[in-house]
Amino acid sequence: MVTAITNLGRSGLYDWLIQRLSAVAMTAYIIFLVAYIAINPDLDFGQWRALFDQLWMRVFSLITLLSIVTHAWIGLWSVLTDYITNQAMGGKATVVRVFAQVILGVVAITYTVWGIQIIWGL
Amino acid sequence: MNNNRPVNLDLTTIKFPITAIVSILHRVSGVFIFAGMAVLLWMLDSSLSSEEGFAAVQDALASPVCKFIIWAVLAGLAYHLVAGVRHLIMDCGIGESYEGGRLGAKLVLVFSVILIVLAGVWVW
Repeated sequence: MVTAITNLGRSGLYDWLIQRLSAVAMTAYIIFLVAYIAINPDLDFGQWRALFDQLWMRVFSLITLLSIVTHAWIGLWSVLTDYITNQAMGGKATVVRVFAQVILGVVAITYTVWGIQIIWGL
Repeated sequence: MNNNRPVNLDLTTIKFPITAIVSILHRVSGVFIFAGMAVLLWMLDSSLSSEEGFAAVQDALASPVCKFIIWAVLAGLAYHLVAGVRHLIMDCGIGESYEGGRLGAKLVLVFSVILIVLAGVWVW
């Protein structure tokens, strides 16, 4: 049995809601960016940089960045707790799973810091 | 909880219906694009850093290997997005029946293949 102390929201319902809200935010961002690049085929550095210099774009990007890491934690937590189980690999599963979650956490924090640096460090 | 209850979760002995294939691909694509985020963040970082950085991303987009990597990430993203939209639609109570689930799974494959091909056309 996997005890739910490493999932993001500490409750399945809360995770469910975060997963959907973050999905909607990321979808909006993807549609916006793809449309922007598609209607600006001759995009140059100045115009690209000017887009990200605006406050609303930075906020939109930050919301998306935080959505990515929370969504990834919930999703990958589900995957890890489903497949790295005592049933699948015996008693060492807990150690392997926690190790994998630590790696996941380090990558998630790295993406967060790196992303904030890109968005706000201009 | 009773730990002795019978369970069959041996994935190698389970036959996968289309709904299961769509579901497992959603998971695989999710893991893949989490790793692929590093590529997208690098592109964003470099393209916003300077004129030279912007040109470096353009150069990368001209090399076949980089084209393939970026297309693979976009393909994973496209599939994951379409499969996710199916979840949102099902959360609204649409397509929750057995037949509806199968139809939804087929539509996910159709729409994602279209988007993945379009992404390929875009990158190349």
